[in-house]
Amino acid sequence: MEKKKYDQLQEELYFEKLENGLSVYVLPKPEFSKTYATFTTKYGSIDDHFIPLGESKLVKVPDGIAHFLEHKMFEKEDGDVFQRFSEKGASANAFTSFTRTAYLFSSTSNVSENLSTLIDFVQAPYFTEETVEKEKGIIGQEITMYDDNADWRLYFGAIQNMFHHHPVKVDIAGTVESISKITKDHLYQCYNTFYHPSNMLLFVVGSVNPEEIVKQVRAIQDGKSFKPQPPIERHVEEEPSHVFKEHAQLNMDVQVPKCMIGMKASNVDLKGDALLRRELAVNAALDILFGRTSENYTSLFEEGLIDDSFTFDFSQEQGFGFALLGGNTRNPDKLTETIKSILTREAQNSTITEEQLNSVKRKNIGGFLRSLNSPEFIANQFTRYAFNDMDLFEAVPALETLTKDDIAAALSDLARPEKMTSFYILPKEKEESE
Amino acid sequence: MTIQPKTVKNEGFSIHTIETKQFKTNQVVVKFRAPLQKENVTARALLPYILQSRTKRWPTTASFRTHLDDLYGATANVDVTKKGESHILSFSVDIANERYLKDTTPLTKEAFTVLAEILFNPLTEGDGFSAKVVEQEKRSLKQRLEAARDDKMKYATQRLIEEMCEGEPFALHPNGLIGEIDALTPEILYQTYKQMLSEDAIDLYVVGDVEHEDILEFCQELLPFQTRPPYENENKTSVQKAESKKIVERQSVKQGKLNIGYRTETVYGDEDYVPLIMMNGILGGFPHSKLFINVREKESLAYYAASRIESHKGLIFIMSGVDPGKIDRASTIIQEQLSAIQEGSISDKEVDQTRAVMKNQMLETLDAARGIIEVLYQSDICGNPFTIDEWFEKVEAVTKEQIINVSKKIMLDTTYILTGKEEA
Repeated sequence: MEKKKYDQLQEELYFEKLENGLSVYVLPKPEFSKTYATFTTKYGSIDDHFIPLGESKLVKVPDGIAHFLEHKMFEKEDGDVFQRFSEKGASANAFTSFTRTAYLFSSTSNVSENLSTLIDFVQAPYFTEETVEKEKGIIGQEITMYDDNADWRLYFGAIQNMFHHHPVKVDIAGTVESISKITKDHLYQCYNTFYHPSNMLLFVVGSVNPEEIVKQVRAIQDGKSFKPQPPIERHVEEEPSHVFKEHAQLNMDVQVPKCMIGMKASNVDLKGDALLRRELAVNAALDILFGRTSENYTSLFEEGLIDDSFTFDFSQEQGFGFALLGGNTRNPDKLTETIKSILTREAQNSTITEEQLNSVKRKNIGGFLRSLNSPEFIANQFTRYAFNDMDLFEAVPALETLTKDDIAAALSDLARPEKMTSFYILPKEKEESE
Repeated sequence: MTIQPKTVKNEGFSIHTIETKQFKTNQVVVKFRAPLQKENVTARALLPYILQSRTKRWPTTASFRTHLDDLYGATANVDVTKKGESHILSFSVDIANERYLKDTTPLTKEAFTVLAEILFNPLTEGDGFSAKVVEQEKRSLKQRLEAARDDKMKYATQRLIEEMCEGEPFALHPNGLIGEIDALTPEILYQTYKQMLSEDAIDLYVVGDVEHEDILEFCQELLPFQTRPPYENENKTSVQKAESKKIVERQSVKQGKLNIGYRTETVYGDEDYVPLIMMNGILGGFPHSKLFINVREKESLAYYAASRIESHKGLIFIMSGVDPGKIDRASTIIQEQLSAIQEGSISDKEVDQTRAVMKNQMLETLDAARGIIEVLYQSDICGNPFTIDEWFEKVEAVTKEQIINVSKKIMLDTTYILTGKEEA
């Protein structure tokens, strides 16, 4: 077992890679009552085109399958796994993102039993035609719930505008139509390919003893046999660097228009430190340009173009990346035009000062400390970073070394007219026949 | 057990310090409480936003926010909520504990300086707030209220409350009434602010690596609130309708929202309050609950079907998202779950599971500064009927009979349905 100490933060991180390839991390937080554990596979909604384990040809699986699989992992021959967690006073959950599927629990007692339950249920698939069919009704309602959610439609609309082929443009849960095609065989095929321990990471944070946790996990894994797995072969079509659509919009039953501006990243094969620095640089740029300390924020707010729903963020994974800026607005056209012109101008000739950069660094240092109050943040973000060969705890040291030039370079690469798009949600026209 | 707040009660102003080394930032929250009423709910809802927008010392948003960033990303937030029929305005500042920074200049007092500036030094003109700030925040509030209606889940919840508590203060949304915004002038708002400062019941909480004595000193120096008469506000819990109400509303939505409101006649601190929250846990608080198992897992009718308690007004809300064609079926199954509890159909396993997850949920809530403050405040505003330790003892001791008994008091009040336009 390896141990890494972060003196300034007063945290210690323990790590072991087990024989079957599973990465196990433990961060003790003795002052906390709870322990939070995530068991995550590097498999999300974008992994829809791959060579299944033991086969030789690429297959394309129905949209929404990673998320469907996540739902179905909770049902076993002897009932629902939620029940088992509840009996031991734990609260369990799971989520599927573009690139990850995570299973998790938190509990303030019976941690070792709950940890065994977590690992065992994720490592014991049980799918039947009947249970698969039953789930279609539940997920169908989840999909329609998101269909009615204007903020979700706004977010996804902007992403769909950006990408020509990349599966990030497919809604994570799929559609009612696409999930109707899912069978138990699809689920086993995906499970067998992506749930091998070597493609997974276990993170435990809380009032635990690292040696004991690792010993327990090792014992559970030693009791199971996994064949060594060759690297997974995923296929993604070549994606152009320009956006798919410059603009699109959707009418919904809303009163306030919503506007999202997207910027599509290129150089999306970055990993590790280079990716970390890219993310930090772009986010610092957006913060300086559009954060509450900026003149832009003040003037946009005073003109009534934004309100406190305005947000911005940039994230990049292997194969895709984007920045999104927007929120509720009275005038989506004017907001789009203003933001695009600020970004374009800045990309050509950076105005960012040393003082602004230092202020953003200080803000992020404190923000990171605040994040460490949250076991959920630590486990989920650490895992996301690790899957991209980055170290969450290196984020602040890396940020401290960023220069104005780094930021200017990152922005000039991103803020180009052909990489920008806008998406609106607009109120429905008054209907004639009420 | 765990949380031992040190409290000093002045007349109308209490200071609560929770000394803990659990977190890497320290949090300070000031809460103002007044009766929820139509006459001033909108003006009060605007106040926190006006006050935190800018101040005399920081006359622009940018200067204020830059100051916070330079304090290692201190955050300043405001929040407007209601508990029972009390209207609560919260101002919070969260600031890094310098022990984890290279620069070890003390920061906690800076949080008090920021709060004092927001609360006591607003940007004014004549007898009112800055007209420009007021205009901008009025526009922003309007948009916030309109946008809240665009979130169908929130909208359906608020509509149920409005229909159910029609004519009662509880029907009011804490963010106020859109139609009342235009009439608010900088002067009216300033009067409302003065009244808030001098009449509201005030509770200040500090959670972090701090000393109670230092906090008292900071308060004396920077937050010198005057004494005030004790807070009086009666929550009317017993409003029985002759007949339950059913409202159906149509919009162009794909998913129907079926929300049902019940009266419990039981509020925080009552003898059967803990049995009631256990009852809610068995009914719909968790993924092992009857609603989740029967509406979602057995019948595949919904993705979410859950119940929630309003602890100071004595209500239970059930919320679900259902296919518009299956609302009647879902409604029947939901009612059956409550009837089953009332008829005593609860297994020992359900009670044990619920007990275990309730205790776990409380401990987890207490693992976050904000959670600690909310748990304490819930109890502080009704005279601390029991401590957190006693809460655990009560949960441990609840019997199935007590749960069944309290469930029999629950009365259906209002069913609210938001559904699509096509199906009619």
